[in-house]
Amino acid sequence: MSDFEPKILIFACNWCSYAGADMAGVSRYQMPPNCRIIRVMCSARVRPEQVISALTQGLDAVLVLGCHPGDCHYTEGNYLTRRRGIMLKNLLETMGFEKNRFQVNWVSAAEGARFAQVVSEFVEEIKALGPSHVSRDKDTGTHA
Amino acid sequence: MSRVKVGVFVCHCGSNIGGTVDVPDVVEYAKDLPLVHYSEDNLYTCSDAGLTAIKEKIKEHGLNRVVVASCTPRTHEELFRRTCEEAGVNRYLFEFVNLREHCSWIHMNQPQEATCKAKELVRLGAAKAARLRPLEIARAQIKPACLVIGGGVAGLSAAGSLAQQGFEVHLVERNDRLGGLTVDLWKLLPGDRPASELLHTLTARVTKNDNVTLYLSSELNEITGFIGSFKATLSTPSGKKDIEIGTVIVATGAVELEPLGLYNLGKTEGVITQMGLEKMLSDGRKDLGDVVFINCAGARGPDREYCGRLCCAVSIKNARYLKEADPDARVTVLQRDVMAFGTEFETEYRKAMCAGVRFIRFSPDRPPTTIGNDKVTGVRIYNQLTGEESDLSANTVVLTTPLAADSGASDLAQMLKVPVDKDGFFLEAHLKLRPVEFATDGVFIAGAARFPADIGEAVAQGTAAAAKAAAPMFAGEVSVEATTALTNPRLCSGCATCEAVCPFGAIEITQDRHGRPVSEVNAVMCKGCGACAAACPCGAIQQLGFTDSQIFEMVRSLARDGDPSGSEG
Repeated sequence: MSDFEPKILIFACNWCSYAGADMAGVSRYQMPPNCRIIRVMCSARVRPEQVISALTQGLDAVLVLGCHPGDCHYTEGNYLTRRRGIMLKNLLETMGFEKNRFQVNWVSAAEGARFAQVVSEFVEEIKALGPSHVSRDKDTGTHA
Repeated sequence: MSRVKVGVFVCHCGSNIGGTVDVPDVVEYAKDLPLVHYSEDNLYTCSDAGLTAIKEKIKEHGLNRVVVASCTPRTHEELFRRTCEEAGVNRYLFEFVNLREHCSWIHMNQPQEATCKAKELVRLGAAKAARLRPLEIARAQIKPACLVIGGGVAGLSAAGSLAQQGFEVHLVERNDRLGGLTVDLWKLLPGDRPASELLHTLTARVTKNDNVTLYLSSELNEITGFIGSFKATLSTPSGKKDIEIGTVIVATGAVELEPLGLYNLGKTEGVITQMGLEKMLSDGRKDLGDVVFINCAGARGPDREYCGRLCCAVSIKNARYLKEADPDARVTVLQRDVMAFGTEFETEYRKAMCAGVRFIRFSPDRPPTTIGNDKVTGVRIYNQLTGEESDLSANTVVLTTPLAADSGASDLAQMLKVPVDKDGFFLEAHLKLRPVEFATDGVFIAGAARFPADIGEAVAQGTAAAAKAAAPMFAGEVSVEATTALTNPRLCSGCATCEAVCPFGAIEITQDRHGRPVSEVNAVMCKGCGACAAACPCGAIQQLGFTDSQIFEMVRSLARDGDPSGSEG
């Protein structure tokens, strides 16, 4: 599993984290190419079912990025995200997914370096975790 | 609706994207994606040639969805949306894919992986584009009238400024006179001019302008609506009064904290607060004998963490006045730190010391205590520098207490659906970027209602809030973001979860024609965050432009469709 390349979905809020990802690009911070970003206006737009759907369809991990607590463009959306995140982690565990396959984190519009760091560390963590049971089954199903 | 035809335009951005990502390969890949009818690459899609190409291909191929895969929507979305519009395609049928900041620039040494990722990003964009629906930007008229709540210096400044610009102003003041806390002040720093002089100038701007309607001894009872058309009910001495306004400025100020019992305030005669002292000075009493000021009274502790900010300057000012009035009196300021910010207050601090005012530092662990049962006779202090306890004689003890949020602030906050912080002060949209605005459009904040502000700051904030309120009123109308929430009443169970999570009070549970509860979104108040759409257990509320169908399709496309590692193997 040493050459395992996870496929990771990131939901990034428009105002902070998506802009932080832009800043990472502008600053040419290099990071592993495992993540795909879906832009939402606020991290609170991410419906728990969307995370569950991503994992049950075989993505290896999901990361939701929002503004730092207190900085939400919509005042308190990221607090909803934080609470939903706690609930969702527990739910995912009962579905057989390791808790850390789903994480919530904060990146501001100015934090290009932090974006790169958060993404790189997340990819490393998921690599160490290996494929999820769904993506493993999917792989063995198609390539056995 | 006609058949969906997606056009994909992949940008080289010179070599910024094309130098890493195999753009022609991405174009070829895009051609085979579902509902994609046309795909091409451009050296610079944002150039005239690139934009012209988009418009031509829209017409030539009958494209009705457009995907541009280039840089970031944060800088270029508006340009491409307008281009679509010019070619007769609704601006919301455009989808952006970021191949530069989010791909080529961050995977510069991995061209194969970057190309593979670029293909997937384009696939996600096309998947979403196919599900986009046309949206219309709504416009709301703005009534050129402003309600200013509070007739202190901030409110007077705001009202005067707006009236001067020709706007109708309704100024509501709870008390029977204008001026707020400043009415009770004696002289002001810097310059030692009487506070009444300044108030006279500020008040005249308001009372002598016909654009201002003044409501004294009046309060705001109720307010509904949104930017452009608020409806407010005032309770005035002559009964209820309904007014219509386009904007609102909150300038309700603050109150001086009166921590009864602290240092025997209210129990021992001779222990007063700074406002009490200001009133005595205004009344001409300056023979207070030996005076000890105790600063940070009720501030910077576990119950009230913030620094009152102005208090040091106030104690410096009044201590000097007393010392100058009676040079034989011993005037001492007990302080935890002297925060004489800016250039003026530091100078004033020196002036007070030169006048003979003593400043002694104490520690909050061993605070001073007042001596005297019925009447105060002194203050016992542990001097942190000498490590000794000593008694100071005092005929008067003045507590320097911070400004605190008005107890009515939370009610007003609920009425206006704006936030307050943990100390009860109003909270602006952004401390640095939007300092006098609330997150709620059309509602602004000025003066000590936000945080202890001195008079200069309150006047400046009042003027700033007036300028911010004037902008939409000059424009006459406001355009409303189209990617707002929308309820499907047939799916809604009326559970009110959406109402609870909406940070803007834009959702209301109303009744449909069968009398069943149903959620209704006010599109003008909705800011389009989508929190309600994520919370709705029935999927009845959707955020337009970010619908469940669109996001789930992107997730599905990413998870289930094949890995496009492509020709490289």
